[in-house]
Amino acid sequence: MEKFKNLKSIPAYLSLMNIDTDMIIPKQFLKTIKRTGLGKSLFYEMRYDESGKIIENFILNNEPYSKSKILIAGKNFGCGSSREHAPWALLDFGIKCVISTSYADIFYNNCFNNGILPIKVNENIIQELSEYSKRKEEIEINLENQEISYGNKSVKFNLDLAKKTRLLKGLDEISTSLEKAPSIDQYENKIKNTKPWIARND
Amino acid sequence: MAKTLYDKIWDDHLVHQQSDGTALLYVDRHLVHEVTSPQAFEGLREQNRKVRRPELTLAVPDHNVPTTDRSKGILDNESKIQVDTLRNNCKEFDVQLFDVNDKRQGIVHIIGPEQGFTQPGTVIVCGDSHTATHGAFGSLAFGIGTSEVEHVLATQTLIQKKSKNFRINVNGKLPAGVTSKDVILKIIGTIGTAGGTGYVIEFAGEVIRNLSVEQRMTICNMTIEGGARAGLIAPDNKTFEYFKDRPMSPKGNNWNKALAHWKTLYSDEDSVFDKEINIEGKDIEPLVTWGTSPQDVSPITGLVPDPEKENDEERKTAMYRSLEYMGLKPNMKISDIKIDTIFIGSCTNGRIEDLRLAAKLLEGKKIAKNVKAIVVPGSGLVKRQAEEEGLDKIFTDAGFEWREPGCSMCLAMNDDKLASKERCASTSNRNFEGRQGRGGRTHLVSPGMAVAAAIQGRLADVREIN
Repeated sequence: MEKFKNLKSIPAYLSLMNIDTDMIIPKQFLKTIKRTGLGKSLFYEMRYDESGKIIENFILNNEPYSKSKILIAGKNFGCGSSREHAPWALLDFGIKCVISTSYADIFYNNCFNNGILPIKVNENIIQELSEYSKRKEEIEINLENQEISYGNKSVKFNLDLAKKTRLLKGLDEISTSLEKAPSIDQYENKIKNTKPWIARND
Repeated sequence: MAKTLYDKIWDDHLVHQQSDGTALLYVDRHLVHEVTSPQAFEGLREQNRKVRRPELTLAVPDHNVPTTDRSKGILDNESKIQVDTLRNNCKEFDVQLFDVNDKRQGIVHIIGPEQGFTQPGTVIVCGDSHTATHGAFGSLAFGIGTSEVEHVLATQTLIQKKSKNFRINVNGKLPAGVTSKDVILKIIGTIGTAGGTGYVIEFAGEVIRNLSVEQRMTICNMTIEGGARAGLIAPDNKTFEYFKDRPMSPKGNNWNKALAHWKTLYSDEDSVFDKEINIEGKDIEPLVTWGTSPQDVSPITGLVPDPEKENDEERKTAMYRSLEYMGLKPNMKISDIKIDTIFIGSCTNGRIEDLRLAAKLLEGKKIAKNVKAIVVPGSGLVKRQAEEEGLDKIFTDAGFEWREPGCSMCLAMNDDKLASKERCASTSNRNFEGRQGRGGRTHLVSPGMAVAAAIQGRLADVREIN
């Protein structure tokens, strides 16, 4: 996984609440066996009409938002299915940071496995940042300092230390867990006696 | 110290508590399907890693499989590649697979319990948000992303942070015609689609205790629609009875040992919940959804809501968008909404009890002329059981199509999908925009309400049937 680097970008603002993963990437694109190539289908049904033509007034279809690295969205972003295709599509499009007041749990977790930073801020900040999107002005994200900077202002955001470290270092979670193999062995030996049916004796 | 059921299962699966507040949690059972696993197996290959405990993973194709004639195989090339990839991966990594033509094939959340692969007190994960279903048996079950699928395959563990405890008590008794689907829709309508975010929800109370295990599965299945990754119901004698003699249930002395453990799986009397609410069974009516979020519920006797009466601006905007998408006007009667299609099936309502209930209401009747209706059994074994009981005949006599098992029109990855503006009364779990096909309009209902809609050709009250 790539390390998360500080970002400077004009954000794209989608004012909708409850943006679900079916909206982010509809099911016909889940038939892929790859992680890449989903960017062109991100928000497919909002971006293209039924004949596949670009819908002009959708924000991500227009400059400079088509190059945004930061997406600002309404509350409960990423609800619904567990499909990791949602963060894959965002990333493939070029979005490395999402800002919302809240996220669905599975989507939120999936972001960190793909180097995407989902930031939680309050509604007032969303409103202030959305003005920067409308005025096509850049905002900056500094993960190390947990800070969003815009105009003359900086605001801090909260983030779990473990999650922050993973993004900063681009850590592969599986490698770190495999280092715990002795603990896993020990656990399995214990349940061999205490819960022998777990190992399947059917 | 007094513990909740969630606390007990969590503590029992702790492999390593890490200093950053996360924990390495052991996974007892892992379910895999064709859509969210190919990249995980590919990741193992790239890193030259193996599956740590192949016998603890069970795989089945369900999302992409055709529900019509399967003798010609899968015609859609991409779907075929995905199912073939699952088959090849299972072979390469030595994982048990119920292939497309296996009589045990079916929706991953139906076959797990059916086989006894699902068990109380276990941690169960799957790359699918409706994994919450298995919580009905007192297992901690939740959906994960593909990176986590790869993590489980490689390590048989997951890195997790503990959620908070939330208990929802459904008290008293349910009125006639009201089922567990209405109970969970009522709960989601009450707490909202993000109401459970950050929590594991335990469902308790007299109504829950009185439900059969299959009805409880419907409740836990849709926990994710209320924002919580996992829903739990303490196992009881009905649960233990359910697992007796299932193919993968513990056998011999292990059965006795397992049973002794399962009987410890309940929230201690004085355990503390971070959040708790009460819902009275008598207040629940047969419900339908009118919008594009599962929290958009209304009693069948109600009216489509008026966004102008909503004070929250963000919510008001969302309601207008939903009504436009759904082609509905504020204040119209819900029971005046005409229906084109009926779908009975899915991991929410595709089990034998659902089919029995629907068939009983349907017997001797015909579906309305304007309606197309399909029944998709949740698994090959559900299908076979229904056929032995003659349920298929009741459905087909009434005008329903009787299909092969799979996820089907719940998410429309195969050919079973709605056309634009086609309106469906569906026993599935999500009414999102485009969920059942681009432009398709979904009303979530119980199996009984689906039958009522099929007969009347409009959303209708199940209590008026018979």
